[in-house]
Amino acid sequence: MTIRFTKDHEWISVDGTTGTVGITDYAQHALGDIVFVEVPEAGRELIVGGDAAVVESVKAASEVYSPVSGTVTEGNAALADNPALVNESPEDQAWFFKLTLSNPAELDELMDRTAYDAYVAGLE
Amino acid sequence: MSESHTPLLTTPLDSLHRELGGKMVPFAGYAMPVQYPTGILTEHLHTRAAAGLFDVSHMGQVVIEGDDPAAALEALVPGDVQALGIGRTRYSVFTGTNGGILDDLMISKLSPTKLFLVINAACKHADFKHMQDWLAGCSVTMLDDRALLALQGPKAAEAFAAIAPESVGQGFMTIREYDVAGIPCLVTRSGYTGEDGFEISAPAARAEELARALLALDGVRPIGLGARDSLRLEAGLCLYGSDIDTTTTPVEGDIQWIIGKRRREQGGFPGAAVIQAQLADGARRKRVGIKPDGKAPARAHTEITDLDGNVIGEITSGGFGPSVNGPVAMGYVPAAFAAPGTKIKLVVRGKALDAAVVSLPFTPHRYFKG
Repeated sequence: MTIRFTKDHEWISVDGTTGTVGITDYAQHALGDIVFVEVPEAGRELIVGGDAAVVESVKAASEVYSPVSGTVTEGNAALADNPALVNESPEDQAWFFKLTLSNPAELDELMDRTAYDAYVAGLE
Repeated sequence: MSESHTPLLTTPLDSLHRELGGKMVPFAGYAMPVQYPTGILTEHLHTRAAAGLFDVSHMGQVVIEGDDPAAALEALVPGDVQALGIGRTRYSVFTGTNGGILDDLMISKLSPTKLFLVINAACKHADFKHMQDWLAGCSVTMLDDRALLALQGPKAAEAFAAIAPESVGQGFMTIREYDVAGIPCLVTRSGYTGEDGFEISAPAARAEELARALLALDGVRPIGLGARDSLRLEAGLCLYGSDIDTTTTPVEGDIQWIIGKRRREQGGFPGAAVIQAQLADGARRKRVGIKPDGKAPARAHTEITDLDGNVIGEITSGGFGPSVNGPVAMGYVPAAFAAPGTKIKLVVRGKALDAAVVSLPFTPHRYFKG
């Protein structure tokens, strides 16, 4: 299992060609109280950096971009009923969607945990 | 982002906001707390359940003095300022020559020769010049050395009484001068949340002392601009620059109740001909409450369509209402679509979502009726 991060604060955890995507703790903290989440349906084709999901706080709506290209296998239905889970467990229970990677080489463009932590530290 | 090049102004409570962990953002040229560490949702719900303290010192406070400032001010606003009693406060707007709204404001009559106004931060310099240009024979003074704090919520009055005994029994939309925690203040019983509460004008030099005294009261917590916006939206109250502006008249904005009966007949305010015609014949469009059927918030500038997909208007304020526990919005629709219950569609991220026109407010007003 490898975990990689984007500059837009998405994480992707990869096991073989299956990826699980969510937003980071930094992202949920910056957004504040999450009140609405829209995740992609199974079967939807995503491209790297393309719109994949929507997350809304009281203040504003934000797009969640797909860290890699692939086909969605499952959206996390629990988030529709309990958007606050994104604040409580952003990097575990509140995953947004799972997908089958079509080009695993795209992972090489993403940051590992150490690089992401340094990136976030530079933003503060 | 032109703001980033101009140093932000600060209110007298700036260091207190930072000490309390306020997340400071630029707003109307000021650094203001959008929220504190507990977050907008908690702050909103706390204000509806207990009491919240808001720093609104960025707003303009103005005194107009003259032989008859009420008569003079009527040249700029459609309200019946002459009929306003001493010690009473009223909501009004400055109208433009086309009938549009230049700003909204609160007018309080301190004496027959002295009015106290509170105007929006983003408009205050333009408003001030407008008044100086048009209020002949009056002196217009911006009170730059005063802070303005709002204490709002169902427990505000009980908490406030402990340090402001003279506030007990003060009527809704009245103004009084008295000491709060030993600080001389000018206090109106009014607000922008739909809840009971007070707006307290105090000398800037003692603002932090006042804020600390208020925050020490039972049930009072600091609340940021984020919750201020969600509270006023649920209460169906207009945000100037979003829900009303120079392109909307008071009739279109559905605040025609601010126009006094005498003023409707006599006119004599900017744009009177346009506004009187709309009062007689109805406006072509109207501000209404809008409730999305689903859970997705519809934000400002979301397109409103009829059931056939024809664009009929736009959302002017919209988001998540924490007390409603769902999305709420306001926007403009043609008169034929303004009746509560009318089905409409909102185009959110390319999808037409079901919604309905509803009566405002979303949460009942709970003003002091004593």
